[in-house]
Amino acid sequence: MTTTTEIKFSDSAQQQVQEILNQYPADKSKSALLPLLHLAQAEFDGWLSAPVMDYVASILNIQPIEVYEVASFYSMFNLKPVGKYLIEVCQTSSCWMNGSEDIVRYLERTIQAETGQISPDGMFQIKTVECLGSCGTAPMFQIGDKFYENLTFEKIDTILDDLRKENKRSRYV
Amino acid sequence: MSKKLLLTYDHIPGINTLEVYRQNNGYKSLEKALKTMKPDDIVEEVKKSGLRGRGGAGFPTGMKWSFLAKPEGVPRHLVCNADESEPGTFKDRYLMERIPHLLIEGMIVSSYALGANTSYIYVRGEYFYIIKILQNAIKEAYAAGLLGKNILGSGYDLDLYVQPGGGAYICGEETALLESLEGKRGNPRLKPPFPAVAGLWGRPTVVNNVETIAAVVPIVNGGGDEYAKIGIGKSTGTKLISASGHINKPGVYEIELGVPVEEFIYSDEYCGGIRNGKKLKAVVAGGSSVPILPTELILKTAKGEPRLMSYESLSDGGFATGTMLGSGGFIAMDEDTSIVKNLFTFARFYHHESCGQCSPCREGTGWMEKILKKFIDGKATMSDIDLLWDVQSKIEGKTICPLGEAAAWPVAAAIRHFRHEFEEYVKNPQSIHDVKHYFRLNNLVEA
Ligand SMILES: Cc1cc2nc3c(=O)[nH]c(=O)nc-3n(C[C@H](O)[C@H](O)[C@H](O)COP(=O)(O)O)c2cc1C
Ligand code: SF4
Ligand code: FES
Repeated sequence: MTTTTEIKFSDSAQQQVQEILNQYPADKSKSALLPLLHLAQAEFDGWLSAPVMDYVASILNIQPIEVYEVASFYSMFNLKPVGKYLIEVCQTSSCWMNGSEDIVRYLERTIQAETGQISPDGMFQIKTVECLGSCGTAPMFQIGDKFYENLTFEKIDTILDDLRKENKRSRYV
Repeated sequence: MSKKLLLTYDHIPGINTLEVYRQNNGYKSLEKALKTMKPDDIVEEVKKSGLRGRGGAGFPTGMKWSFLAKPEGVPRHLVCNADESEPGTFKDRYLMERIPHLLIEGMIVSSYALGANTSYIYVRGEYFYIIKILQNAIKEAYAAGLLGKNILGSGYDLDLYVQPGGGAYICGEETALLESLEGKRGNPRLKPPFPAVAGLWGRPTVVNNVETIAAVVPIVNGGGDEYAKIGIGKSTGTKLISASGHINKPGVYEIELGVPVEEFIYSDEYCGGIRNGKKLKAVVAGGSSVPILPTELILKTAKGEPRLMSYESLSDGGFATGTMLGSGGFIAMDEDTSIVKNLFTFARFYHHESCGQCSPCREGTGWMEKILKKFIDGKATMSDIDLLWDVQSKIEGKTICPLGEAAAWPVAAAIRHFRHEFEEYVKNPQSIHDVKHYFRLNNLVEA
């Protein structure tokens, strides 16, 4: 992983940057901003610090402010450090009808942290989110690119145990 | 038996691969289109089919395509709207996950019809695993000569890319989607100009929903006239319905438009009735934005006729007694459900998702959430019901995009049909806690 002094994509990420840029006309490379922010978040500990956003701005040759305003608009971009596993619990209608409030309460107790806080061991953080398109398999949460559906408390115990063993930061990309 | 055009092969093992997909009639419409049809012939078939946009608004697809401006020397684009963020809706995800090649086949045929040589599928960022599925399928299609230069020797070229969103419901609105695809905040644009004239990067663009584009495949295969025979009246063809809530069999169902709502809810072919032998209390028939209806009105129109799953029948009676087919996000609630609390989850959603450009939407959604929270906290007064009505009534028609209305309609409908429930919470604030909101986990929760 990179330190704050040198922010630079890994070789494989650099290659992905090139592939992403190839998707747009040469003079429309700003379109790559969202894909690059996802990639940056995955590369740099699950969140976007100002230096990381400046780095993305430099790749696209745009002003840093253009990156900040976009990063702050979209809910998937974290502008503060996050737990190793970000547990995004859907709380909208169908999930609520199927017990999402209980899911949140159970998670808070299990990881010993309130929603929004990082757990004492740094492993987990709960974030409540809106409908994730799993209403038919509610209640659910998402961790990285994985959907966990038809949740029960027993299932949650197993999921968290497995993640503790895996101990690798969750990512979408 | 229901009529299936999109989910005919979805249960075949390996249908997500090009090989199995092709063994099951896959890419037949592309061969037919490129070898035997001119682009305008396809537009004509789509017009004949009567297909209406499946993203929520129901605008006739053939007409939309014929509006596309074709200035000399300016590239045109087709953009697929796979942002799917309307609460209660998960059909596009199902289609892309199960049969990604159906969407890709539809994209190639539609791009050919529109004269686009670069097309995009904009997928909500949370569906990253779907993006990977689509990218794999696209790679297979390139390798087989179905994408890229000179597709199937026809001389037609197409590049197809997948673009992730960043978590914003508003990017489902087509002009916000285009802004987002240009690497900006998802602020809806003022119209006109419409995307058909100035869309992506200012170029003529068509934006269509995943299901709309997939439906082009059976339309080209069987012809527009055949497609138009399916369904009822101006609601032609089939529709994917995402069913959730308190039903026995939640999931995605392909229905022939015109199936009675009662059959859809109670038959074992679809939802299989309400769980735990409970009674049905209310239904949100087309995603969170459409008016909620109580059982009496969702099963029968005001005239006492059976309500059907079609654009016309669901909206029969206007908002006084009807609703809308919308995105087909069908949420059924049992007799124990708190309508006020459910509405609060919607209000919170819209407040969170308002892009903030127009004050009636930005302020109104915040107000509505705040007032509804008072009901949940047992602090509301009778005048809050009128205030809530007042706030919602000041949004409609005063905003840049329809999100403001989408936020107001559910509030209006809940007060219209369930005012007694709001009053009950005022008279007896404790009562909201007596409502059992959940049943599956209910017994497990410790005090
Ligand atoms: C707030 C808002 C959210 C929307 N979300 C979606 C969406 O997630 N998917 C979609 O296909 N259309 C969505 N739409 C409708 C689109 O603006 C547009 O009408 C649609 O993509 C056109 O495709 P169609 O004609 O194939 O339905 C939304 C509209 C609004 C106002
Ligand atoms: S209505 Fe709401 S979401 Fe739409 S442009 Fe205005 S503020 Fe943004
Ligand atoms: S309401 Fe939770 S996934 Fe849709």
